[in-house]
Amino acid sequence: MASASARKQLAAHVILALVALVMMLPFIWMFLASFKTVREVEGSQIFPPTWHTENYTKVFADPEIAKRSNFGRYYFNSVFVAAWVTFLTCITSAMAAYAFARLRWRGRDTVFLLYLGTLMVPGVVTMIPNFALLVKLKLLDSYAGLIVPASFSAFGVFLLRQFMLTIPTSLDEAAAIDGASKWRIFWDVILPLTRPGLIALAIFAFIGNYQSLFWPLVVVKSQYLRTWPVGMLFFDTTYGRETTLIMAASVMATLPPLILFVVGQKFLVKGIQLGAVKG
Amino acid sequence: MTRTRHSSDLLPALGFLLPNFLGFLLFTAGPVVFSFGASFTNWDLQHSVPFAFIGADNFRQLFGSEEFWVYLINTVYLMIGLPFAIAGSLALALMLSQKLRGMTVYRTLFYLPTFTYGVALMVLWKKLYSPEFGPINVSLGAITRALHLPFEPPKWLQSADNLMGMVPQHVAFHRQYVGLGAREALINMSVWVALGGNNMLLYLAALTNVPQELYEAAEIDGANKWKQFWHVTWPQLAPTTFFIIVISTIFGLQGGFEIARIMTEGGPAGTTTTLAYYIYIKAFQEFQMGYASAIAWVLFAMIFAITLMNWRFGSRAVNE
Repeated sequence: MASASARKQLAAHVILALVALVMMLPFIWMFLASFKTVREVEGSQIFPPTWHTENYTKVFADPEIAKRSNFGRYYFNSVFVAAWVTFLTCITSAMAAYAFARLRWRGRDTVFLLYLGTLMVPGVVTMIPNFALLVKLKLLDSYAGLIVPASFSAFGVFLLRQFMLTIPTSLDEAAAIDGASKWRIFWDVILPLTRPGLIALAIFAFIGNYQSLFWPLVVVKSQYLRTWPVGMLFFDTTYGRETTLIMAASVMATLPPLILFVVGQKFLVKGIQLGAVKG
Repeated sequence: MTRTRHSSDLLPALGFLLPNFLGFLLFTAGPVVFSFGASFTNWDLQHSVPFAFIGADNFRQLFGSEEFWVYLINTVYLMIGLPFAIAGSLALALMLSQKLRGMTVYRTLFYLPTFTYGVALMVLWKKLYSPEFGPINVSLGAITRALHLPFEPPKWLQSADNLMGMVPQHVAFHRQYVGLGAREALINMSVWVALGGNNMLLYLAALTNVPQELYEAAEIDGANKWKQFWHVTWPQLAPTTFFIIVISTIFGLQGGFEIARIMTEGGPAGTTTTLAYYIYIKAFQEFQMGYASAIAWVLFAMIFAITLMNWRFGSRAVNE
């Protein structure tokens, strides 16, 4: 009996390890290619005979490349914009979620349904008027144009509301009896208890913005405002044949999400699973 | 007594809601209304023609053009990987839920493509599919040579061929176009991205919620593993499957922009142009904002209809 289950476990391990290996192959190829020469990439050797770390320095410092692109700047832009979007999204979403989850007011459920309804609206529907709005406000080609429209998330409100609904109401009732204001209750009682949800939302918002291409592509005109995805697109268009440089840039673009993932995995899993619960 | 206390929440509620609600009005709700209006105009950012309301002309032109139907079919065709990805996610979740040692390591590795998916990985896949030097065709070539198979590796992203033999730029089929091409390459990539992603996590969570007694009862009735899956697990997972299908369809229909922009420019011969990419071209390269808004609203209408249908049909299927 025990050996049968042990054999089954082994079979599961073999299958899972195989699937994992196949799924990791593109990453492994990318990593190895980023240390090769173009000739070696096109050859059949798996490992680079010598590790060409200069591919990485070239992407940043080659004078020819630096004329057209500035990856140091792209790193800064991507992280700067994504960090602001994350901060604003979390704060505005948490406040709105509190109003939906904890306060009682006429029309609450109608307004919430309106929020939920817009989750169905494709991004391209709002993109065109948003672009026209930025033209009118003269915010095209600016950090504000990249940050502000992306900072109000109906999904964030929905996710945090789900989290807040799981917090026992006895806690805020006790605080209310002690004479705490709504803001105090929100800040001192609800927000700390919503922390796992907030972290999950922060990861989603950061990564979603870090990877976004459509909006930065239509908003940004100047080279110095390009985020990493836009910079990568132009780099690929110009230096598409230099596979090794492209792969070095790809590795570097993938590093921040990778680190974030390793650090925040626990919260993410919870966030995804709670976001799916209909409420 | 309680009534009065509750109604007094309106003012603080306004305060809490205001920052998000302003943004919501300005960047979501307002634009939705605005774009609906715009879809009935000839709005053009280059002002080549005087601005005017033109009724349903945009929609008439759209439905009358073969282009639109071709791109709609492209969009749907690129989603045929979905059932496979969902079935794969379920299979992985079933294996992971057996409380294996190292389960979190597998889960982390499986989730990696979803989490790191972006321009960098699309550029990577473009290289993987390179017809001459890409590792996919190099491996395929080595295998076919070793086995002496009369088989040319496909040209992937550079080929308009597809499994159904759809003729590029037309709603028609021809034998000549049967094969593996850009669309199959993209479908394969999207399965790779989705397989161990959010759907697998949702299934994992749902599996832990299946009451253990149900399996014990089934075992007493003499049901084997296969029967237990179909009579216990699968019905218990129905709400999750339903949710996954709805969400995947919604995202699938509005997808394809990044892939087209980075990997194929919508080609070859328009075979990977989805509705989302078509809207981008019309709006931000040809600046026909009115016409682009009309396409966007047709897309919205389809998503809305499918969601409603899923709801009707799905809630019945789930409750049975």
